[in-house]
Amino acid sequence: MAPAATLAAPRAEAPVLAPRKAQAPYPIVIVGHVDHGKSTLIGRLLHDTDSLPEGRLAELQKVSSQRGLELEWSFLLDALQIERDQGITLDTTRIWFKTAKRPYVIIDAPGHREFLRNMVTGASGADAAVLVTDAERGVSEQTRRHAYLLSLLGVTKVIVAVNKMDLMGHAEAAWQAVKDEVSAYLAKLGMQPLYVIPLSARHGDNITARSQQMGWYQGPTLLEALDLLTPPAGRADATFRMPIQDVYRRGDRRMAVGRIETGRIRLGDKVEIAPTGQPATVASIDTGRGDGEQFARAGQSAAISFIEDAALARGQIIAPAGHMPHLALALRVRAFWLDSEPLLVGSRLTLRLTTAEHAVVVEKFERIVDVENLNDADTQELGQGGIAEIVLRSAAPIAFDPHTDLPITGRAGLARGTRIVGGAVVLGAAENAASVKGPVTAVDSSVDRDAFEARNGHRGGVLWLSGLSGAGKSTLAMGAQRRLFDDGWRVLVLDGDNLRKGLNKDLGFSPAERLENVRRVAEVAKLMAENGSVVLVSLISPTAELRELARSIVGDGFHEVWVKADVNTCAKRDPKGLYAAARDGKIAQFTGVSAPFEAPASPDLVLDTGEFDVATTTELLIAHIRRNLALDQADGHAVGI
Amino acid sequence: MSSLDQQHLDHLDQLEAQSIYILREARVRLKRLGLLWSLGKDSNVLIWLCRKAFLGELPFPVAHLDTGLEFPESYEFRDRYTKEWGLNLIKDECPPIEMTDPTLPPGTRVAARKSLGLAAALEKYQFDGLITGIRRDEQATRAKERIFSPRGLDGSWQAANQPPEFWDQFTIERAPGTHMRVHPLLAWTELDVWRYIQREEIPLVPLYFAKDGKRFRSLGEIGITFPVDSNASTIEEIIEELENTRTPERAGRSMDHEAEDAFERLRTTGYL
Repeated sequence: MAPAATLAAPRAEAPVLAPRKAQAPYPIVIVGHVDHGKSTLIGRLLHDTDSLPEGRLAELQKVSSQRGLELEWSFLLDALQIERDQGITLDTTRIWFKTAKRPYVIIDAPGHREFLRNMVTGASGADAAVLVTDAERGVSEQTRRHAYLLSLLGVTKVIVAVNKMDLMGHAEAAWQAVKDEVSAYLAKLGMQPLYVIPLSARHGDNITARSQQMGWYQGPTLLEALDLLTPPAGRADATFRMPIQDVYRRGDRRMAVGRIETGRIRLGDKVEIAPTGQPATVASIDTGRGDGEQFARAGQSAAISFIEDAALARGQIIAPAGHMPHLALALRVRAFWLDSEPLLVGSRLTLRLTTAEHAVVVEKFERIVDVENLNDADTQELGQGGIAEIVLRSAAPIAFDPHTDLPITGRAGLARGTRIVGGAVVLGAAENAASVKGPVTAVDSSVDRDAFEARNGHRGGVLWLSGLSGAGKSTLAMGAQRRLFDDGWRVLVLDGDNLRKGLNKDLGFSPAERLENVRRVAEVAKLMAENGSVVLVSLISPTAELRELARSIVGDGFHEVWVKADVNTCAKRDPKGLYAAARDGKIAQFTGVSAPFEAPASPDLVLDTGEFDVATTTELLIAHIRRNLALDQADGHAVGI
Repeated sequence: MSSLDQQHLDHLDQLEAQSIYILREARVRLKRLGLLWSLGKDSNVLIWLCRKAFLGELPFPVAHLDTGLEFPESYEFRDRYTKEWGLNLIKDECPPIEMTDPTLPPGTRVAARKSLGLAAALEKYQFDGLITGIRRDEQATRAKERIFSPRGLDGSWQAANQPPEFWDQFTIERAPGTHMRVHPLLAWTELDVWRYIQREEIPLVPLYFAKDGKRFRSLGEIGITFPVDSNASTIEEIIEELENTRTPERAGRSMDHEAEDAFERLRTTGYL
């Protein structure tokens, strides 16, 4: 039995003058294994900082003695009858106090595994954590689990309190042992404790007053350590993201409402709306500060309208032009599971990523983590309190940011139906890793590439012609094909418009569908090039991301060719009447008009059709092909430049 | 670059933005919303925030659970601002005290009339979401609340079995025939509320301001709500008083103190 509580006199210091302006309280969560002394530590902290409301200590003594107990600090926070009667903390709670430096809100979190959902609820609101451990028992199961959850929740500022030092004779060796153990575990999670403080909550040692028994400890007391915490970094300097919560109408103007999670926005800013990628220009901003607002920034709830008649819906993410979130049909996530019913491969979930909801299925467990040692657990299901790396597949593209880039748009709640049963941070897209279904083994060709090339007299390769509609891609591709064919070359043209009539007729023009369009064309081109052909691809491929995808699929022998002409030149040519139709609003997502074209940063060849005529640019293209792909008849090697 | 662009959000800006976010989530998630207006300072702040969240309108009804025992100043305030703020007001009378649980202490029974009035309003108007102005710092059981807090069939609070709530992913699961409580002010403190009232110049029932050395710090029914000793007759003086007091806000509310579990019993059976 622990010795009876002794109440040290409250710190005698001048009353703190409260700041005139409201200051945000610094939220600290107290976590750790059950019975390692979280509640006592909080009670002591409040008492020793003289923060208890009048009458509270007397009330506490009364309810403690009614239950035949010594002064029971935990009753400060365990307000529910069932908690007091059973002597356990069920749910998280909050309590306020302040030091000379700043106000704090202490979040208490339960230590039992079955109340992990309440621990997560509490800890998710914190900027820093005090991980309470028992000097006698050391690191225990929930110490580890809580530490892991803190890392997933992004609470990486951790102070370790080594409690009950009185039971270990205040020996430095006992503290050192726990310090080594907990530091080693946190290190595996990529965290480092800010301070490891030997203390005794019951006796008030090293809480606010420096311990008389532990002169060997030179570090800060708990209160000093709290005051040393740095405030969280602002989010206004990160890339702009505003998930749309709802769409309101005021008069005939439609407004996207939501909270700006990161970055800033101002009137006139060009944005894109994920996942469709439709471009828009900010026409008005309303955060409730009155008319004429020019700016808004991270943390504000805003209503934004656009000059264009953009299609707005809950779940879309507004992003700066050219800085859209990633899009993927399958995500790799690190998840924590709170439901009593385990998660299995094939389980269906709703991924709630900010305001978007996606129906997803668990495609596979990449690993289930054994929280004891952080090794792979030998199990095929994820139980309550468990942590795993999972691939989730969706039928529709998911807009996301990797959580290491932008945490808020890189994390999601997991729900079964409407019930929240877990959470996940997004590690990245799993598109390539997860898209192969079943045991597919590539079959080698019976004629190898060298044999093809020797007979043809040239190498296989892909000339990827990108540019606006009307820039001259097809004209150049056809012209070069005729000339090379006449010279005996094996040369094929893959034309975007033609492919959309057959192979790709199921695809539209959203970013996800453009991605799929490019993927298919690149795969086909690659097969042809491997069989010795020169492939001229004529495809708008408006973004660097799309062209990079093509390059990554084709590999060696990929040549990025920018068929360059400005939009006015192309619109003047308008060979298919598409610009006129797009301006009339008959075509949505038309590159150059209602969808952006990103100029290639470092193409292998630029053909400026605005500057030079067709004959000249065709010659330039043919010369590039000959220079790079023709073989010297004598020795079978490519002719040097 | 304007200085406004660089200015960081202060604490009140953050609280306001978060409350607006919660209100807009409630409107998306719940079809038949109502707001409980006690006529006190917190629910006035709530109405103020709604008007900001919904671009000047209040697109759902506001219910005052009337016991007939409000102070005359409160009724006057209600009628004036119902008009001024364009509120769709529900003001049904609560059932009589004889209908309440006789095992509750007397002051608690007066408050329990509101629980019955609330149950009647839920039945009559079929609300699936009720927005209320409770705060975590008011009372220890309220400190355990969720922002979106599902209620049982009889309006009861399952305090020991609440859903997880993190990353602003609020629970939307409700059993058929039950309603959701929504608590946009849960993270605010009493001082935050007063500082916001000061900044936004939100009107209040005058009983909050000291007269003859007394003022109401928490406003409820006649007979179970008592004024505290105070000379604070302006918002500035009230803020200064609160910065230095150690007396809890609800010290003047008898139902909180009649028994250890009185308030929890009220709350688990449907009270705010």
